[in-house]
Amino acid sequence: MSILVNKNTRLLVQGITGNEGLFHTEQMVAYGTTVVAGVTPGKGGEWVMDGKIPVFDCVKLAVEATGANTSIIFVPARFSADAIFEAADAGIPLIICITEGIPVQDMMRVRNYLDTKKVRLLGPNCPGLITPGEAKVGIIPGNIAIPGNVGVVSRSGTLTYEVVYALKLLGRGVSTCVGIGGDPINGTNFIDCLEMFEADPYTEKVVLIGEIGGTDEEKAAEFISKYMMKPVVAFIAGQTAPPGKRMGHAGAIVEGGSGLAADKVRALEAAGVRVATHPEEIPGLLIN
Amino acid sequence: MKLHEYQSKHIFSKYGIPIPKGRVASTSGEARAIAEELSGRVVVKSQVLVGGRGKAGGIRLAKDPREAEELATQILAMEIKGLPVRKVLVDEASDIKNEIYLGITNDRSARKPVIMASSAGGVEIEEVARVSPEKIIKVHIDPLLGLRDYQARDIAAGIDLPREHWRLFSQITKGLWQAYIDNDATLAEINPLVITHDNHLVALDGKMVLDDNALFRHPELAEIRDLDIEAPAEIDARKYGLTFIKLDGNIGCMVNGAGLAMTTMDIIKLFGGEPANFLDIGGGAGADKVAAAMRIILSDPNVKTVLFNVFGGITRCDEVARGILAAIDEVKPKVPMVVRLVGTNAEEGLKLLENAHMITAETLADAAQKAVAAAKS
Repeated sequence: MSILVNKNTRLLVQGITGNEGLFHTEQMVAYGTTVVAGVTPGKGGEWVMDGKIPVFDCVKLAVEATGANTSIIFVPARFSADAIFEAADAGIPLIICITEGIPVQDMMRVRNYLDTKKVRLLGPNCPGLITPGEAKVGIIPGNIAIPGNVGVVSRSGTLTYEVVYALKLLGRGVSTCVGIGGDPINGTNFIDCLEMFEADPYTEKVVLIGEIGGTDEEKAAEFISKYMMKPVVAFIAGQTAPPGKRMGHAGAIVEGGSGLAADKVRALEAAGVRVATHPEEIPGLLIN
Repeated sequence: MKLHEYQSKHIFSKYGIPIPKGRVASTSGEARAIAEELSGRVVVKSQVLVGGRGKAGGIRLAKDPREAEELATQILAMEIKGLPVRKVLVDEASDIKNEIYLGITNDRSARKPVIMASSAGGVEIEEVARVSPEKIIKVHIDPLLGLRDYQARDIAAGIDLPREHWRLFSQITKGLWQAYIDNDATLAEINPLVITHDNHLVALDGKMVLDDNALFRHPELAEIRDLDIEAPAEIDARKYGLTFIKLDGNIGCMVNGAGLAMTTMDIIKLFGGEPANFLDIGGGAGADKVAAAMRIILSDPNVKTVLFNVFGGITRCDEVARGILAAIDEVKPKVPMVVRLVGTNAEEGLKLLENAHMITAETLADAAQKAVAAAKS
């Protein structure tokens, strides 16, 4: 039915006692996600959500006590790299980092360290992911998507919500919607998700939402033309973005003539991907 | 955040990188005094955060203190690419035999820092990459291990540097690496690194760009940010936690989320309009934040209409609508406004705005077309 998260997800929330962490834990639990533990250093032994979820001082203890197999991180940017290292060292195979604004050198160290381990990081600076009807891990609103066969992968948040919500209004649902985040150095990229969607029997079509900056969309295009049988529809944001300016996301910047929207559209079209000129065209391209 | 040449070179010198003797001056009198101290020929260099200073006449050679004063007077009166010259660097002139490029930046697709070097220094590295890419040596550095000695030697050998300079070159490369790491730089560049006729290596020019997200670790550097390169509205927006980028069009945009904000600009253009700005109001949309955003957008006299495009997720559309109403009450805008609310509680939100004399739109395309029409009327 999905990739990465489902009914078997046993979630740990790092930073569970903070405002954001607690609010979204409540939202995730209300959606039906199994949240088994929280971690806040110095608050081990406390409980949150009316005594339903135990808080631990460290990830290792939380994993031993609860069998958590996925972690989501809501800690402030200056502590995020450490939180990711901690989750990885405790043996958690899937880590989702929502935090925005992590220093890029921290992320380079994190990514190069994780590459030596069997750990998948999603994000940072991402909305997380949702498998409608099964689990939501992150901040994607639960009411905007219904279960279905369209896989969605995106560098953006609200833009993606728009697209899955438009699909819902047409009665079309989503297998899994994955936000890979807007940072220049991230854990999971387009190709990782495309590969999983291609292998997922419940996903029939894929929507890819990219934006200016970097060359991940071009690499995805190459992957699609070589390895994908399932149809892919895409949209690229930032056609009108001026060069040299960071458009909100740390990774959304055209630098030295690289990262242009037009180049990404061209590469995707050459790979047989239908590229929407604006996001409201996506449902039509998927259905026809 | 970009650092000036004099600031970058000051940092480099703390890491054992030889730089020319010299100091920065804000007046021509100071420039003369520095030239007198240095004696001999000096270079007077404008300190502005744009490329092409030399071509614009912002870097000049003076044979004596009197000429240094004259040139400083001229340069301090200049504007280069729209930026006022507020300071000049007065450096002793070097006797150049060769010019080398040496720089470190983040290679996004390799997810590692990369050191780049070239024997064709003195011109922009992008230019070298275009004309003679074979002249650029690239060495990726494992961020967990740091720069190894052999890598510094490889770079020296790769650019055919005479062996007599290898030791000093390695020291400079390692210094630059440490400066890059310690200061959370996204770029640390020496261009040119010169070999003088008496066989010294000197960093003639320096450039650093720092990671804005890491400035919390470097409060002393955050303080020296040069605000001249930013539009006043962009500085104002940062205070309210808004991301704002000024553009040249006449349709103001207020959107939640960076991807959706870019898309809103794109679709305005697609339907024949021109966006006046990029603005992401981020999560939540309290009245104070919306009002600040509205004031910033309307401070641009070009703006003929404002388009609100909000997707309500966890932030509900009725909350956003209340924010818009309060902001209208406070700012009292005189231009037509188009609003599109979608998602959680969109209907309730639109109902609240019924008496606000706003043009409502259902789809993104509809909103863009209505905004384009409003801007033309």
